[in-house]
Amino acid sequence: MSDLKNIQNDYSAKLNNNLSLEEINQIKTELFGKNGLISSQFKNIASIPEADRKKFASDLNQIKDELQNLITNKINEIESKKINEKLEKEKIDVTLPERPFVRGKIHPVSQTIDEISSIFSEIGFSVEEGPDIENEYNNFTALNTPDNHPARDMHDTFYLDENKEVLLRTHTSPVQIRTMLKDRPPFKIIAPGRTYRSDSDQTHAPMFHQVEGLHIDKDINMGHLKGCLNYFIKEFFEVEKIKMRFRPSHFPFTEPSAEVDIGYEIKDGKIVIGEGDQWLEILGCGMVHPNVLKNVKVDPSKYQGYAFGIGIDRLAMLKYGINDLRAFFDCDYRWLNHFGFDPLDVPSNYRGLSR
Amino acid sequence: MKITFDWIKDHLDTKFKEDKLLEQLTNVGLEVEGVENLSTGLDLFKVAKILKTEKHPNADRLKVCDVDVGEKEIKKVVCGAPNAREGLITVYAPPGAIVPKSKVKLVVAKIRDVTSYGMLCSESELDLSDESDGITELSSKKYGKSIGKSYFSKSNSNLIDLSITPNRPDCLGVRGIARDLAASGFGKLKDLKEKKIKSKNKQTVKVKINKEKGQACSSFGSCLITNVENTESPKWLKDKLLSVGQKPISAIVDITNYVMLDINRPLHAYDADKIEKGIVVRNSKSGEEFTALDNKNYKLDDGMCVISDSKGVLGLGGIIGGTRSGTEFDTKNILLESAYFEPRSIRSTSKKLNLDTDAKFRFERGIDPLSIEDGLNKAALLIKEICGGEISKIDIQRIETGKVRTIKFYTNLFEKVTGFKISIKEILKILENLGFKIKKEKNYLKLSVPTWRPDISKEIDIVEELVRITGYDKIKIIDPIKERNKSTLTQSQKLFHFLQRAIASKGYLEAITWSFTDSNYNDHFKDKNKEIKIINPISSDLGVLRNSIFSNLIMYMNKNLDRGFKDLSIFEIGPIFTGSNPGEQNTVVCGLSVGKKSRLSWIEKERNVDVFDVKRDVVQTLVEAGYNSDKFFIDSETPNYYHPGKSGRLFLNRGKDQIAAYFGEIHPNILKKIDIKTESLMGFEIFVDNLKLPKKTLKDQKTKFQVSDYQKSERDFAFIVDKEIKAQDLINAVSSVDQKLISNIRVFDVYEGENIPENQKSIAISVTIQSFEKTLNDNDLENINNSIIKTVENKTGAKIRS
Repeated sequence: MSDLKNIQNDYSAKLNNNLSLEEINQIKTELFGKNGLISSQFKNIASIPEADRKKFASDLNQIKDELQNLITNKINEIESKKINEKLEKEKIDVTLPERPFVRGKIHPVSQTIDEISSIFSEIGFSVEEGPDIENEYNNFTALNTPDNHPARDMHDTFYLDENKEVLLRTHTSPVQIRTMLKDRPPFKIIAPGRTYRSDSDQTHAPMFHQVEGLHIDKDINMGHLKGCLNYFIKEFFEVEKIKMRFRPSHFPFTEPSAEVDIGYEIKDGKIVIGEGDQWLEILGCGMVHPNVLKNVKVDPSKYQGYAFGIGIDRLAMLKYGINDLRAFFDCDYRWLNHFGFDPLDVPSNYRGLSR
Repeated sequence: MKITFDWIKDHLDTKFKEDKLLEQLTNVGLEVEGVENLSTGLDLFKVAKILKTEKHPNADRLKVCDVDVGEKEIKKVVCGAPNAREGLITVYAPPGAIVPKSKVKLVVAKIRDVTSYGMLCSESELDLSDESDGITELSSKKYGKSIGKSYFSKSNSNLIDLSITPNRPDCLGVRGIARDLAASGFGKLKDLKEKKIKSKNKQTVKVKINKEKGQACSSFGSCLITNVENTESPKWLKDKLLSVGQKPISAIVDITNYVMLDINRPLHAYDADKIEKGIVVRNSKSGEEFTALDNKNYKLDDGMCVISDSKGVLGLGGIIGGTRSGTEFDTKNILLESAYFEPRSIRSTSKKLNLDTDAKFRFERGIDPLSIEDGLNKAALLIKEICGGEISKIDIQRIETGKVRTIKFYTNLFEKVTGFKISIKEILKILENLGFKIKKEKNYLKLSVPTWRPDISKEIDIVEELVRITGYDKIKIIDPIKERNKSTLTQSQKLFHFLQRAIASKGYLEAITWSFTDSNYNDHFKDKNKEIKIINPISSDLGVLRNSIFSNLIMYMNKNLDRGFKDLSIFEIGPIFTGSNPGEQNTVVCGLSVGKKSRLSWIEKERNVDVFDVKRDVVQTLVEAGYNSDKFFIDSETPNYYHPGKSGRLFLNRGKDQIAAYFGEIHPNILKKIDIKTESLMGFEIFVDNLKLPKKTLKDQKTKFQVSDYQKSERDFAFIVDKEIKAQDLINAVSSVDQKLISNIRVFDVYEGENIPENQKSIAISVTIQSFEKTLNDNDLENINNSIIKTVENKTGAKIRS
């Protein structure tokens, strides 16, 4: 009994001294090692008379816990003191620059194409593609623009052969032809891509981007066309309301044809879509001409629908306040960096077009 | 097409104002491109009288004139015209006025030390004629009492510039525009009771249209006007032409222009005395020549429609007349032509000869064949009125009579196409106003199409007319249904978008460059491809389609280096071309990286961008896209624009696939030739179309989750191999030992030099060995060790470094 008490008193006192880690470990061994003072007491339990055994065991366990706690606390104390001492010496200037990183960007035209695809995806359009080099049949004749027709003058065409049979597509409309030839109606597609015309000035580039739209089914009328474009423009410009004007025009491949203007105004040097009394032409559209449907073996007495063509670069300029079309293709590092988008900003239906 | 509201009012009774006009023009499909106030400032030009002239003290040729401009103050004007003299009535422009020809704004100026207040103007300066030898001389009889009055008649009408679509030749005449406006409810089309020629004289110049294959002229009307006196046009006519920006020339020319602009009826006036033995309209023969009114000589092909006489070609029908029979101020007898020419023929001839005229523009779009007489009547009577003379009867030669087109129109088509209804009454009214003749049949309308509307031939064209005139704003919006029956993107489109963003996420800026390029640049990168020329390039430095994206990318990279940027990565994803047929193109992701990594960093050592940077970008991108890098096979066969020793070619699978990518250093010779200065220039190309699409969707790609919790061991080996041996060979040899047990192989050192025999190198690898079944004991490991050493030595001739 008194042995236990002595051990407790001795070692409690010892452990209250200023000890090193080694000294504590030494004490630990003295107490709890194989033949340590406490360990050997446990071996004694069996020899304690029955009547006292229970109390002895209980006292012994209590003392063991007490001393163990003391040791653990002491070790913790020393270790945290050590760490604190180390921390004192380890101050760095965190305002120094981080390790270098580089940031890539997505071109505004690519971003805009993804935005457009995302919007039309929602209302059931799928994406089709066609080649940049086209034959004159797909680019013109099949689209009801025969040779020697003045409407061909509306397109300044790049040709790849003297006979003018192969050319760089002047619009994305030949994708309509390709799509309808390889499949059966109904059709509900958009086709974004590069297009080419041989003029070049402040507002025209020899290469630009268009997105074609085509919806052919049994009873698609101009109301659907208007609804589709109204929806698209609103979604694209991310505005509550838009002002849209359909105006009669002429394209050989649609009848009736329309050009679409949107209302805008300039506020503090920035263009605001959907307000004001200025009009800006943004796309051409119409009901697909029966001759076009015949050319692709679709029966115009059974099927009808609309098509549209939108200038992608123009849309990007309007939405993101870019003034100069030529800069799109100039590859100026500063411009790409300024107008480019983070690759993680993927336009999608659920998270919205932009953050 | 340029018009004024005043001119429209010649044909239209309307109560509306000009702002409404502009709106309505746009609403019916006649797009207003611009509105210009021509008369702005013109009222500043005053009729003035020179009171006194003195020689300029400092210049022999200049005079100082005292000019009465109708104000109290007499103006001092310096003038160089030889005809400036006392008493002359002329046109005075004050400071502030803008000279019509030069568009220069006048200011009070010192001319050789004498201050001049304004200017006395020549006809040329006023854009009235080419007369520039002296200042305008006005008759004192007519203008004597008008001193101080405005010289130009006041016109409140703005010049309205319309963009007429090619299907609407009828709107190339003011009357056609007025008709559309009237149909849309903007006013009432005036019924012009045109006078007809009443004459007993025969048209004595014989006209014959040859009946031959491809004859483009189906009818030729003419009228002879004798003893005319060609003169200046009267003021009303000059003003009319000036109001739409046309320059008056002489009465005869002005009248034909006026009739053309008014009712879209092109006419041609010949000097009848210069026609030898009558007119023959025929196909040209190859080699025939003539001098046209533009003073150019044209050599003709076979089969162009010419107006000729016994001496040869007089002119190209419907395109341009010739100098030989042109009218001049002294022309006495005029033969006036009003004919119909086939649009396709006009277009092909003018294209071949590269000729563009007002007449051609109209005929190629289609002229009303029934306007032949109207045109002759209107013009001949005006000529007689202005130039005097005697008019003959009209002679019309025809080889075929034009047929009036008829269309069966089932009125329910309108609602089917537009989605809204209009009443039959409304339909009839619109079509009548547009000039259709209508016969009501039991369940359709039988419509006779007006001859001035060559664009209308089908039912759907009638729908367009009706909806256009009713107004597109009546079309109701039908909101789209949010429903998707087919996936938006195909697998390959998804891959395209994935690669695009994956490369961008590695620090590359996306660029978009032209699909065409400079052949000098392209030559460096075309490899085995053939050059694809554009026949009509925008400029010679954009003359070929690109065989590689590198040509443009390097050129623009160089421009950025010139801007002072040193460390850049840019990429483009887009087409390259392998031939000039549709489909001969491939989609490529092409990237360039220049300069250094960690330039001037306080924490990291700077180093040049190297091959293994771009290799990482390529490999990481492909791995992210779902391809298994364990299967990648790389060799060093690359096109000649890469550094032969520092570039690689990547296949997704050994032997099975097309080339997935190239990567490496751009050939130093190219850098030298295009003079690009950078520490390092690395590039890569990923051939998107060559990447086999992963067959499985993402959900199928996730196979059973299988990992081993048994202890893994790492063993290091250093092999001495011939320099030619590739690390890939060594790795393949090791992994072939036991693919189940060897879970990872890592190269951690490559060394050549001291202690290593010449032409050999040491490659040190660390191999991770782990079993799915048990913890491997020393014996197992020892066996694998030996196996690895043996296999590598056998397969590569390597020796383990002891």
